[in-house]
Amino acid sequence: MRRFFILFGREVSSAFHQPLAYVVMCFFLVVTGFNFHAGVSLLNHSSGTTTMVEAFFNTVYFWIPLVLVFPLITMRVFAEESKMGTLETLMTAPVQDFQVVFAKFAGCLFFYVILWAPSLLYFTAFEAVTGIDAAGAAGSYVGAYAMLLLMGCLFTAIGCLASALTDNQIVAAVVCFSAILCLFFIGLLAFFIPATGNALREMTYYFSPIEHMMDFSRGIFDTRPVVFYLSSTLVVLFATFHIFQYRRWKA
Amino acid sequence: MVKVEQLTKRFGAITAVDGIDFTVEKGEIVGFLGPNGAGKSTTMRMLAGYLPPTSGRASVAGFDIFSESLKAREHIGYLPENVPLYLDMRVAEFLRYRAGLKGVPQRRLTERVGDVLEMCGLDEVGKKIIGRLSKGFRQRVGLADAMIHEPDLLILDEPTIGLDPNQIRLVRDLIRNLRRHHTILLSSHILPEVEMLCSRVIIINKGRIEAMDTPQNLRARLGQAGHILFDAIVADPRAAATDLRQLEGVQGVSHRRDGDWTVFTIEAAPDRDPREALFHHATENKWRVREISRPPVTLERVFAEVTGGEENF
Repeated sequence: MRRFFILFGREVSSAFHQPLAYVVMCFFLVVTGFNFHAGVSLLNHSSGTTTMVEAFFNTVYFWIPLVLVFPLITMRVFAEESKMGTLETLMTAPVQDFQVVFAKFAGCLFFYVILWAPSLLYFTAFEAVTGIDAAGAAGSYVGAYAMLLLMGCLFTAIGCLASALTDNQIVAAVVCFSAILCLFFIGLLAFFIPATGNALREMTYYFSPIEHMMDFSRGIFDTRPVVFYLSSTLVVLFATFHIFQYRRWKA
Repeated sequence: MVKVEQLTKRFGAITAVDGIDFTVEKGEIVGFLGPNGAGKSTTMRMLAGYLPPTSGRASVAGFDIFSESLKAREHIGYLPENVPLYLDMRVAEFLRYRAGLKGVPQRRLTERVGDVLEMCGLDEVGKKIIGRLSKGFRQRVGLADAMIHEPDLLILDEPTIGLDPNQIRLVRDLIRNLRRHHTILLSSHILPEVEMLCSRVIIINKGRIEAMDTPQNLRARLGQAGHILFDAIVADPRAAATDLRQLEGVQGVSHRRDGDWTVFTIEAAPDRDPREALFHHATENKWRVREISRPPVTLERVFAEVTGGEENF
C-alpha cells in the first residue's frame, strides 16, 4: 500500500510539474465561468422550475470542456513514460503492474476532482447574491457531483487505456477523445429515433451521459448508471492493465 | 548471486538471446562484451525483471526472476542504457521517490539519499532539476538511483556511453569503489574499460556466449599462438621465408615488401616463442634487422577473433 501512495504522489506531482496542467485549469475555469453566466441568464429568461444546479450541469458549455479535458489529463500518463524509457526503471523497481496502472488512474482522477472543486464556489456565490436556493434539495448537489465523479472514473479509465496503447501523446489524446465522443453519440441517437416505446431508443438511455446527468442533477438517484459507470471503469482498467503488460513484454 | 540457465529470448522470428548459461559469484565484477545487437541489453533487461524470458530460467540472490520477480527486483539495482530519468524532478526529490518505491524504510530515506548523493558526487546538484543537468551528471543520478536501496547486484548497461573522457573516468572510479559492497554485472563495447574494471569477461555475439574467462586468460589464450613481426633486409624474401618456416616453433610465415625491407609476419606455435631462434638465424645469415617484436594481444583482438572480425566494431 505504501508503494501505491508513493506512485500516486508521483503522478499528482508530475501532473502539476507540467505547464499543461495550468493551461488546462485556466481553460476550465474560463469555460465553466462562462457556463455559470449562461446558466444565470437562462434562469433570468425562463419562468420554469429549473434550478441553478440543473442549469449549470445541462448546457452545451458544460459538456464541451468536460469531453475535452480527459484527453488532456490522461494522454501523458503511459505514453510519456514509455517514450522517455522511464517505464523501464519504473518496472524494474519492486512494484506490481496493477499498482502502477491504478496509481496512474487515481492520479488523473485526483487532478480532475481538483478541476471541479472551484465550481462549488459558484453556487455559494449565487445563493449569497440572489438569496435563491441553487438547488431544489441537497440531493441535487450530491447527485450532480456524484455523477461528475462517476463519469470522471470511466472517462479517465478510457484515457488511461488510450495512453497505454501508444508512445505518442497526440495519438493517445485523439483515441481518448473519439472514444468518449462515441459514447456521447450513442446517447444522442435517441433524438433521431422517433417512436416512443422503441426498444433501441430505450436502450440508448443506459449509455447516455446527458440523460444521466439530467436525472442526477435533479436529485433523482438511479442505480443503473452507477452500476454502468463503475463496472465499465473496472473493465476498461482491466484492459489497460493487460495492454500495459503486453506492450512491456513485447518491447 | 546470479545463476542463468539456458536463458532464451525471441522477438517473433528473431532470437535475441539464444540459450545462454553463466553464473556470477558474490563480489565479482563481470563484464558483458559484444557488438551492438549481440543481446547484451536483452539479457540484462531479463535479469532486471523487465522482460520475461521466452524459455530458460535465471535467478538473482536465490529468487527466480520470473516467478519471484518482486523479491528478485528488491535485490537488483538496474541502470538502463539511455539512463531514463524524470526530467521534471529535482535530484534529491527523485532519489527519495525511488528509494521509497524500492522499499527503503521511511526513517532511513534521508540518510540513504544523503549517502548516495555524496558517493556519486552529487551534493552540489541535489536541488537542481534533472532536466537541466549535463549528461555526466544524469549518468551519476542514474547510478545513484541504481544503488539507493543497497542492492546486492548492480546491473549497469553501458554505464559510460556518451560521456566525455573526464566523465568516463569519474564513472569508472565510482564503479571501482562500488565493488566492495556490490556484485556488478556491466556491459560495454569499450574493451579497455572492461579490462580495467572486470574480474571476468563474457563475450556474447548473436545471442550466444562465445567466450567467458578472466581478461588475463582470454588474452593469454590468443597470446600463446600470437604473431611475431620480423623486419629485415634479405636478398631473396621467398627463400628467406622458406628458411624461416624450418625454424623451431614457427608455424607459418607470410611476408610483404616495405621499400628495401621485408616484413615477415610469423605465426608462432602454441606455447612457443621463436624470437631467439629468429635472432640467431638473422645473425648467421648477416641480415640487417630492424625489428623483432611480439605485439601485445589486447582484448580487442580476442574480441575480433571470437566475434568474427573487426567489421563488427
